[in-house]
Amino acid sequence: MTVVERGRDARAIPPPRKWIPGFAGMTKSRFPPSCIFVKLNDQARERDHLVARNDALEPVDVLIVGGGNAGICAALSAREEGASVTVLEAAPRDFRGGNSRHTRNLRCMHAAPTDVLTEAYLEDEYFEDLLRVTGGETNEQLARMTIVASAGCPDWMKRYSVRFQPALGGTLHLGRTNAFFLGGGKALLNTCYAAAQRLGVRVFYDAAVEAFGVDDGLFREATVQRNGTTQTIRAKAMVLAAGGFEANLEWLEEVWGPAARNFIIRGTPYNRGIALKALLAHDVEAVGDPTQCHAVAIDARAPKFDGGIVTRLDCVSLGIVINREGERFYDEGEDFWPKRYAIWGRLVAAQPEQIAYSIIDSKAIGRFMPSVYPAITADAIPELAAKLDLPVDAVARTVAAFNQAVVPGTFDHTALDDCRTRGLSPDKTHWALPLDRPPFYAYPLRPGITFTYLGVKIDARANIMMKSGSPSPNMFCAGEAMAGNILGQGYLAGIGMTIGTVFGRIAGREAARCATR
Amino acid sequence: MRLDELIAEGERVMTVCNACRYCEGYCAVFPAMERRLTFAPADLNYLANLCHGCGECYYACQYAPPHEFAINVPKVLTQIRGASYRQYAWPSGFARLFDRNGLISSLVLAVCLVLALLLASLVSRPTGVLDPPVKPGDFYAVVPHGVMAWAFGLVSLLVVMALVGGFLRFWRESGEGLKTFAQPFALRAALADITKLEYLDGRGAGCTYPDAQQSQARRWFHHLTFYGFLLCFAATCVGTLYHYGFGWQAPYEWLSVPVILGTLGGTGLLIGTAGLYWLKSISDKALADREQNGMDIAFIALLFLTSLTGLLLLGFRETAAMGLFLVVHLGVVMALFLTLPYGKFVHGIYRGAALVRYALERSRPGLTMGREQ
Repeated sequence: MTVVERGRDARAIPPPRKWIPGFAGMTKSRFPPSCIFVKLNDQARERDHLVARNDALEPVDVLIVGGGNAGICAALSAREEGASVTVLEAAPRDFRGGNSRHTRNLRCMHAAPTDVLTEAYLEDEYFEDLLRVTGGETNEQLARMTIVASAGCPDWMKRYSVRFQPALGGTLHLGRTNAFFLGGGKALLNTCYAAAQRLGVRVFYDAAVEAFGVDDGLFREATVQRNGTTQTIRAKAMVLAAGGFEANLEWLEEVWGPAARNFIIRGTPYNRGIALKALLAHDVEAVGDPTQCHAVAIDARAPKFDGGIVTRLDCVSLGIVINREGERFYDEGEDFWPKRYAIWGRLVAAQPEQIAYSIIDSKAIGRFMPSVYPAITADAIPELAAKLDLPVDAVARTVAAFNQAVVPGTFDHTALDDCRTRGLSPDKTHWALPLDRPPFYAYPLRPGITFTYLGVKIDARANIMMKSGSPSPNMFCAGEAMAGNILGQGYLAGIGMTIGTVFGRIAGREAARCATR
Repeated sequence: MRLDELIAEGERVMTVCNACRYCEGYCAVFPAMERRLTFAPADLNYLANLCHGCGECYYACQYAPPHEFAINVPKVLTQIRGASYRQYAWPSGFARLFDRNGLISSLVLAVCLVLALLLASLVSRPTGVLDPPVKPGDFYAVVPHGVMAWAFGLVSLLVVMALVGGFLRFWRESGEGLKTFAQPFALRAALADITKLEYLDGRGAGCTYPDAQQSQARRWFHHLTFYGFLLCFAATCVGTLYHYGFGWQAPYEWLSVPVILGTLGGTGLLIGTAGLYWLKSISDKALADREQNGMDIAFIALLFLTSLTGLLLLGFRETAAMGLFLVVHLGVVMALFLTLPYGKFVHGIYRGAALVRYALERSRPGLTMGREQ
């Protein structure tokens, strides 16, 4: 498959219209003389700001709606083809990038060890992993194309100065399948935005697209809310890269009912799905279950929005989880936590008041990734229950029953060990040790929404499919807004960034060709 | 910020970072952090002295202001680092000198020392420093060698004692024995990090200083300063060897080893310190601790003046002004020496020791916390 390798080298691009002095070549060479004239980060910020404030939304070849990884990859790819490009990002600069700012890696096929990946990860194994998490809810042609194209992603990103962690660095266990961005997703975005602006891509922040002018599948213009005014921008082609509606509380409540009020949103408040909804109103074919979202169990004390990675809790499998009634409700030791945390989002969402409590004793300390919020601690279970405002007797009964049902075994939290309970409903099937060594610790859990599955249907050229069955002449899609084509349900670590990068590149290139034809 | 508030903030920030760990590829701070579950003041001091305050982790941080978590690792670690210098200072009573150590006080000290030397030379030679010596460039006709050697020898001894005292306090706080410090593999690893400035290199891209764009500027200017300083020190050592070992007295030829070393080193110091000052003046203020500006700039200024007056002395050593330049140079050098243990210079001691400790820690097994997602 050569889909991804055809884009021309970024250096061969014609001079961009709006050159940002001083940043030329900054990241390519080591301490070039031009950096003497670069003053401050603040000035760069101000420049962005001025662009966003004063410049009108001029007609452009390719309009990119959404400034996450997929959008910026599309922008870079469209510039490689020589098109003029404008990116509209709904968030302010500090919160730009949608969910990409909380990501950390992308999943890459590779036949041999590279500087950023160990061993090998081949197409079939990758596809099987995808089949397993999606339960077959995937388009095999698009999925395999994405997998094959993923192999070229790290090198393409490196051309724009993106840095990765060395393959064996850090405390990572995903070094075989996933390439880690040095510093994570926000660092990646900083580098890609700088590259895009260096190449003349115009970026507007606080610019939320709320409507599209589409005639019979042909994109004409987008309506943008900016600086408190409504503006329109015309373009020859459009790439939708504005993600899902995970931060849209009203929409979540429509789908989930009042329970949604207790959900925590793991990303910024700007992932509202307004552009997606607006486009779906134009006879565009939808994919993905509109009622489904990816939810993980996170610390209930997390901020309502944008808590990101640090709010996750990794101690569930080391203890028991009880609900408001003080009852256990699911096998905490069913499988390794990374394979189960998404299920727990759903499980907690189904409990009264959408809350649950993970309870461990001091034997578990040091065996899980530290949490950002301190545990609620007590020297006895009833005292702990009282502190949590739970029914003391019920909690004590649950813990006593659990302790009695534990079958002796050899504890090993790095394997599916033989420590389990017998005779409970539900049983805990691994890592079951009695909760008997004080102090006891509790962490409250709530569902944390990461992303939604609803999106638009596309073909292999990232072309948006219309309900009529034919592709739109000039509308393309990349990232979370089309991920449902490949990821019908479940999640595979790092595949969101892979889909975003692969389809960002394709959508940008195809949109540019469509616009300059 | 009060010290307890500062420590509490450091603990809060490191707790968030330890739950995130996205920055673990940047520098030694984060792998060292990952070996810990809690952050006592001693841990924070150690992490703070591993930090260069370069800003990579700040710009990459999804929790940096205006996020409500308001995470700013370089700033809080810089503040804690500044406080740790006072804590380790030996003798303790002299810790207050860090507060007084600013540009003005350093310059006043230098001027006082110059004046004192002028007076002293007037006493020893009634004709004063402006009277050209019989032999051109004969420094010891202005300030006798014995006086110079005794004065600087004594001050050096005190300086070394204070620095060693500070180092011992740092090392004792680490809980490691002195024997473990002397492990060759750890010393080698630390030396490699120091001589290459590994953690300002950013795997070839440089670091985000003075602004959000990666640049090697700070590393290069620091190299010029560091190696310039070493070359000047080497020049002094060779001169001492010539004097005592071979009985060859200064002044030395233009192309002699001490003069070449000193000239190269002095030039490096001039460019390096000027560059560091320039970078500092345009650096992102969001990461800086303003209270340490005085200390930082005083050290940079004294290094700059030391090399400037040294090079001027070299240039004018065969003129009538030699005596004046010599006295000014000696005064500035003396001021630099006196402020070494209570100024920015100590960062080299504590960062070096922290890097040794980092190498030691890395040789031991860390925490295992099951599978990561």
